[in-house]
Amino acid sequence: MESRAQWGTRAGFILAAVGSALGLGNIWRFPAIAYENGGGAFLIPYLFALLTAGIPILIMEFTMGHKYRGSSPLTFRRMHKGAEFVGWWGVLVAFVISTYYSVIIAWAMSYMIFAVKLGWGSDTGSFFESFLQVNEVAAGMSGSLVLGVLIPLVIVWFIVLGILFKGIRKGIEVANRIMIPTLIVVFLLIVIRAVTLPGALDGLDALFKPDFTKILSPDVWVAAYGQIFFSLSIAFAIMITYSSYLPKKSDITNNAFITGLGNSAFELLAGIGVFAVLGFLALESGQNIDEVVAGGPGLAFAVFPEIINQFPAFNATFGFLFFISLVLAGLTSLMSITETYVAAVVDKFNISRGKAVIFGGGLAAVTSLLFATQGGLNFLDMTDYFINQFGVAMLGFVEVVLVIWILRKGKELRRHADSVSDIKLGSWWTISLSVITPLMLGYMLFQLFRQNILKKFDTDTGNYEGYADAFILYGGWFVAAGALVIGIILATLKWKQPKDTDERGK
Amino acid sequence: MSINAIVVMIIGITILWGGLGASILHAMKKGKERKS
Repeated sequence: MESRAQWGTRAGFILAAVGSALGLGNIWRFPAIAYENGGGAFLIPYLFALLTAGIPILIMEFTMGHKYRGSSPLTFRRMHKGAEFVGWWGVLVAFVISTYYSVIIAWAMSYMIFAVKLGWGSDTGSFFESFLQVNEVAAGMSGSLVLGVLIPLVIVWFIVLGILFKGIRKGIEVANRIMIPTLIVVFLLIVIRAVTLPGALDGLDALFKPDFTKILSPDVWVAAYGQIFFSLSIAFAIMITYSSYLPKKSDITNNAFITGLGNSAFELLAGIGVFAVLGFLALESGQNIDEVVAGGPGLAFAVFPEIINQFPAFNATFGFLFFISLVLAGLTSLMSITETYVAAVVDKFNISRGKAVIFGGGLAAVTSLLFATQGGLNFLDMTDYFINQFGVAMLGFVEVVLVIWILRKGKELRRHADSVSDIKLGSWWTISLSVITPLMLGYMLFQLFRQNILKKFDTDTGNYEGYADAFILYGGWFVAAGALVIGIILATLKWKQPKDTDERGK
Repeated sequence: MSINAIVVMIIGITILWGGLGASILHAMKKGKERKS
């Protein structure tokens, strides 16, 4: 029996897991979510969610990967034959995410170059739209490929697939050992410069000033659980896959604490950096903070270039550092997302890692071309919303309920984690996974379905972002449901090797 | 920047970065113990 590939060191695994969790959402999602949901007071539900959902699920997934030593489908199959489809569902959600996530990294790569000469001009919002040629086609139409996105997209896939081709230890581990420390140093430089700008303290005041009345609202708690849930790379096969490469003697629980706390610590740092520069922008433009606050791609590709334009000195350097930090954060996450289906294909179809990288990664790269078209931004927005809300969130709910309530694996996993970890799991872990997480995710999903099916959005059509019903159906629902249906189909296919042997995957 | 905001920021940084530091130190300490 050939042995399964392993991380070279404990630090290598932790950096890879943190690298997976640290992504674009940490930089552009957390600050806006915290600001809108009580500012400093948001930290209370946020920390509660970290300790009752984020870290407990991380421990559960690390334990599953470590105990059953397989990609997500193989791990679920080893837990119960009928559960394999959940593993594939997660892998397919990861596949879909990788197809558009790669395109956002490609935008950031282009902006890294634009930053050198501040090529986005003075009207940064219009520049972003013209860069993507988004106004050339109606929502739901693709149009032609955008060369400015296509070229960096090819480079992104070349880098990621090249790293994955080298394997776990020589590829992913080495890349993360270089990229994560670089990302942290670059981001620290950005934050130090940001907090020394005029107006920065007003920005920080807006972010941290606590509004305790807000935390009485259930929506704020849902937002906190959502932020923890979406930023930790949990519930879509990544952490199970990564932990399956851990050596037998590995401290699972402390690794989960380091990963969870590392992700949140970076997120807080990003919040400080983002709000310090927003405070500067508000001062320079004579506006209030609430008029300049933004999140998502708009913050990174329209607001940030505007701020960079107004910098007192070293505009290009700051711009370059900001976009290189987005590229690094994105690449380390994309590697982990792509690894989920590479590992799954190796396990199920008994092919070499190289072939799996070419087949799986190649298919994702070709699919990602859809998001590099003139209509790509609309497709991306739609797919991202539906695959995250009805893919990741629902998968998380199903995964926890299946493992804890249906398969009743809680005690077994707890015993396994305790047998290899210094910190022993208390009843908080059991209560978090069996009661708190299912209740919070269940409530979140109920609200989501209600809002989308009853068309409760404050838009012309009542749909998300005001999109037409047909586009919502094929661009949103079909994609989210497709991941589940194809997952079920893949689970019915025969395994090409005895499923109880370890894979090669070196 | 108001006092409330400063206090909240310091608490947040202490819990998250302090917790991270403590977890890493714990891991390093145990690693050294195992080696010896």
